[in-house]
Amino acid sequence: MFLDSDLLMSALRALTPILLAALGGALCERAGVFNIGLEGMMLLGCFTSVATSWFTGSPWLGVLAAALAAAAYSLILAVGAVTLRGDAVVLGIAMNLLAVGLTSFLLRTVFGVQGTFDDPTLAGLPLVGGFTPLAYLAWAAVAVAALLLSRHVWGLRLRGVGEAPDAAATLGVSPAKYKYGAVLVSGVLCGLAGAQLALGNVTLFSENMTAGRGWIAVVAVMLGRAAPLGVLLAALLFGLAEAAGFRLQGVGLPQQATDAAPYVVTLAALFLSTARRRRRRTPTSGVAA
Amino acid sequence: MNNRISGALRSPVTFSVLAGVVIGALFLLGTGADPVTAYQAVLTGALGADGIGSTLSTGTSVLGMALALAIPLRAGLINLGGDGQLVLGGITAAVTGLYVPLPAPLAVTLALLAGMAAGAAYAALAALCENHLGVPLLVSSLLLSYPAVSLASYLARYPLKEPGSSLPQTRALPEGVALPAFGDSTVTVGLVLVLLAAAGYWFTDRRTAFGYEIRMTGLNPRFSAYAGVERRGLTLKLMAVSGALSGLVGAIGVLSFPYRFVDGSLTAPGYTWTGLTAALLAAAAPLGTVIASLFFAVLQVGGLAMERTTEVPRELTQVLQAIVIVFLAARLRFPSRLWRRRKEAV
Repeated sequence: MFLDSDLLMSALRALTPILLAALGGALCERAGVFNIGLEGMMLLGCFTSVATSWFTGSPWLGVLAAALAAAAYSLILAVGAVTLRGDAVVLGIAMNLLAVGLTSFLLRTVFGVQGTFDDPTLAGLPLVGGFTPLAYLAWAAVAVAALLLSRHVWGLRLRGVGEAPDAAATLGVSPAKYKYGAVLVSGVLCGLAGAQLALGNVTLFSENMTAGRGWIAVVAVMLGRAAPLGVLLAALLFGLAEAAGFRLQGVGLPQQATDAAPYVVTLAALFLSTARRRRRRTPTSGVAA
Repeated sequence: MNNRISGALRSPVTFSVLAGVVIGALFLLGTGADPVTAYQAVLTGALGADGIGSTLSTGTSVLGMALALAIPLRAGLINLGGDGQLVLGGITAAVTGLYVPLPAPLAVTLALLAGMAAGAAYAALAALCENHLGVPLLVSSLLLSYPAVSLASYLARYPLKEPGSSLPQTRALPEGVALPAFGDSTVTVGLVLVLLAAAGYWFTDRRTAFGYEIRMTGLNPRFSAYAGVERRGLTLKLMAVSGALSGLVGAIGVLSFPYRFVDGSLTAPGYTWTGLTAALLAAAAPLGTVIASLFFAVLQVGGLAMERTTEVPRELTQVLQAIVIVFLAARLRFPSRLWRRRKEAV
């Protein structure tokens, strides 16, 4: 009764933004750029999609604008970490902080409200078979990313750049070009994730509305070992935790317990996966030591 | 000496701060405000007679969190769980202050210590996750933070909620269970405690072997491992100290006005993130962290005054802070050639 189709549906809805962002993170990871700015790029996508949809009346333009804005924003990481060889971790943290400040600032200057912008005439994304088109796009993106990384020359070069940049450069593959590409694509995907969150899952913008989902996506990349299918499974786990949390709220658990559930589940999954990996690795590392 | 001054002026820190101020001015122009008036309002609002008390009490929390995050950062470790450690320190101090039947001064001391212990234990948990479960500290500390904030929020809303109040807050602490304030101001002895912590950090960093180990690990982890620094132990110790300081900030917050734990009051002002920004700007150097914290406290408090005089949202100061760190992380600085030419012209 608990694990029914309703729960699965709401889990699938909850996972879409995480999945889109995590796919972007996985591509960056494969290209050798540690991208923890997913949260900020997503938040910027949320705001841009809502603002554009509000002023043009078209949620589609909102989606497009979110993708473009987040891609432009991702250039901070590309230029800072790849060209200027700055610290990707610090850049990512700064990008997340900047996105919170920037969107709160714009929320007040553009809409003149503080906290949440919510209007019944704000156009959200239509549902097709219970999901937004972006959800289908996310699933398709998993397949495309998986094929790209395992079969296509771009994917193979991308992995080469991440694993051995010098060797790739010797073979005439420009590491910077592929790293820029991966970061920009992650920007687009995070922008779409933000649009899905703000025009799909709900139809509003509120300050810091991503609430750690970008970080969950970072963890999903780790859990899925930066492989698209692994990332999908990890995102599904999070989606189930969020959906189950809402269900438990219905039977009287306080909201705080359900708020915390996804993080606890994610952390537990991370423990289990690393514990298993370590146990498997123990005999070989014993020899090496 | 002259070289040192020109070096400091040319450093990425100066460049980043100036870039932040310039971009902030562009934002101000974009909203139709006069940047000079706005920045003046920030300075007079934060450092004038009306604002200095507020700057010092905000500065207490910002500096406390900045130190908490700077200490592991000095060894290259990033603690992103400041919020969780902060609220656990706060709620533990509140419970201690409310239920320990001791004379007020003892209860205050115990509440401070309990808050520190709670923060330290929770931060140590994140270190154990990295050391023994293979979860990177960055991720384990951040993910642990969310459940802690939820737990404190739950406690303040249900079991410990003040009966009859519509606000999510605990009962007020008993009479006298509070940190003494200076005069009528909101500045408490908490500022002294945090400054003492800064002095302790400075001494450890400059004058002890442990401080040297920390710095060497930050500069080159492989070298320090080769030289015999035990990384797991160091991570655990530094995280415990970091959590203890975060917990102290939480406890100070609860033992100052309004003398209770209010859900969200410790996390909403963003002390953790401002503190982290200050620590990053100063590259975790003790004295630099103090100066950077003061700078950001002035921005945060002055932002309110700016909002009053120019109607530009105070969130602008948050944007400015982040821009400074973006430029800093990208390691931009004034080109040396340009600088030399300028100097010759002078």
